[in-house]
Amino acid sequence: MLNLYTRRRIINAFNLSISVLAMLVGLFWLCWILLTLLDHGLPALKSTVFTQMTPPPGSAGGLLNAIAGSLMMTLVGTLIGTPIGILAGTYLAEFGQRGWLAPVTRFINDVLLSAPSIVIGLFVYEIYVVRMKHFSGWAGAFALSILVIPVVIRTTENMLRLIPNTLREAAAALGAPQWKIISFVTLRAARAGIITGVLLAVARISGETAPLLFTALNNQFWNSNMDQPMANLPVVIFQFAMSPYEDWQRLAWAGALLITFSVLTLNIVARVLFRQSATTH
Amino acid sequence: MPIDKNITPKLVVRDLNFFYDNYRALKDINLTIPEKMVTAFIGPSGCGKSTLLRAFNRMYQLYPKQRATGEILLDGENILDKKQDLNSLRAKIGMVFQKPTPFPMSIYDNIAFGVKLYQSLSRPDMDERVEWALKKAALWNEVKDKLKQSGTGLSGGQQQRLCIARAIAVKPQVLLLDEPTSALDPISTAHIEKLIDELKEDFTIVIVTHNMQQAARVSDYTAYMYLGDLIEFGDTSMVFTNPKRKETEDYITGRFG
Repeated sequence: MLNLYTRRRIINAFNLSISVLAMLVGLFWLCWILLTLLDHGLPALKSTVFTQMTPPPGSAGGLLNAIAGSLMMTLVGTLIGTPIGILAGTYLAEFGQRGWLAPVTRFINDVLLSAPSIVIGLFVYEIYVVRMKHFSGWAGAFALSILVIPVVIRTTENMLRLIPNTLREAAAALGAPQWKIISFVTLRAARAGIITGVLLAVARISGETAPLLFTALNNQFWNSNMDQPMANLPVVIFQFAMSPYEDWQRLAWAGALLITFSVLTLNIVARVLFRQSATTH
Repeated sequence: MPIDKNITPKLVVRDLNFFYDNYRALKDINLTIPEKMVTAFIGPSGCGKSTLLRAFNRMYQLYPKQRATGEILLDGENILDKKQDLNSLRAKIGMVFQKPTPFPMSIYDNIAFGVKLYQSLSRPDMDERVEWALKKAALWNEVKDKLKQSGTGLSGGQQQRLCIARAIAVKPQVLLLDEPTSALDPISTAHIEKLIDELKEDFTIVIVTHNMQQAARVSDYTAYMYLGDLIEFGDTSMVFTNPKRKETEDYITGRFG
């Protein structure tokens, strides 16, 4: 019979090694993906990628139109989705204590949060593309904004709920009306967390292919008109990677590398930002 | 309960009952808070002293299931009346909480926030008001060079004095202090107790405290509460040296419970 202390040490060592092992298994795949990407993507990442349009098979080209299209649609999607998300999240956190509307909204939002993005693509296709009779950058941006909204709602609500009630009471005790308490005190106190949520939403949508496939489609040429079909990185990667042409495949690798590392950067920035705000409070 | 005749009443509580949903937390409270004096509420946890304090500025109205019946007269006007405007009531009755609650903005803006709700002062006038409030709260010398820095970066004791400065910047008539020193170290506590003594020149002060020595040190009148009842109210030295009720004596001598 081992004594209690030795037994605890053995259990601790066992559990610790199991969790380290699990962590290593997770990291292994991530590293493999990143290394493969770097291996294939880096040689393909020439300066022409940023200066030339997507080429027909067999000729030289780049991804400029796809990069620009992705940036524009991500930006517009974020600009549409963020205010709606922040306002709805604020409603849920600050006003949603009574009545039936808030729980219903929260439930629908949870469903939306886990909805497959292809469904959202088809939805926008049905209500927008079919009616306008053509694919467009706007349709792509709308589809992306529908992905942004639930992420921002969820983080905004969570961040606002972390703000202690005593802060609201302190502002109310000065005689501040509720809209001033919310806009000058609680939203401000939760600012870093909310920005983190928006960045995570941007990271989420910048790699989405399915919603763009049915909405923005693709475009071989330079296009800055949001009312026209628009090139974008995910769909170009999808199309080029599936093609039999080697130069297209190389461009697909370069695009995949670009997206992965911008998403990684966004995630790191979001985390650093959130940690900074956590230490100042 | 009667107090000295030559004292002006500031707040008069009449038959006040308070309910959290169905739970009756205050039972027929009758009490007179004298003007420009310090009145302390003491009693064990859950006795209703904070509840009573929060009735004076109707803080409970933030929460749907809390309500009060009876009357609280501020200079003769019933503040529990439905027609009472909450914001103007809270301009007259300020409050400081147990935990320091600086807003996430600069020290200057922390003070200016409340003032801007009621007055639009010119920049120099606002500067003057901020300085006045910080001096009153004995914080000016420590922060005068960093007014633009965040209020959340101050120490706990400084934050609490910032909150007091913020409350008095609005120039209220009454200041409610809800255990203002329970989260602070002894030195900061001494600072704030000294401050309370100075502030009663201008303000009527009501303080809730767990610390009986503190009540004895800072207050002129003391109310002892237990389980929602006001057991005894009177001159602080009388309550502490010669309590009329056995329950009060048991509590202040530590024989309670």
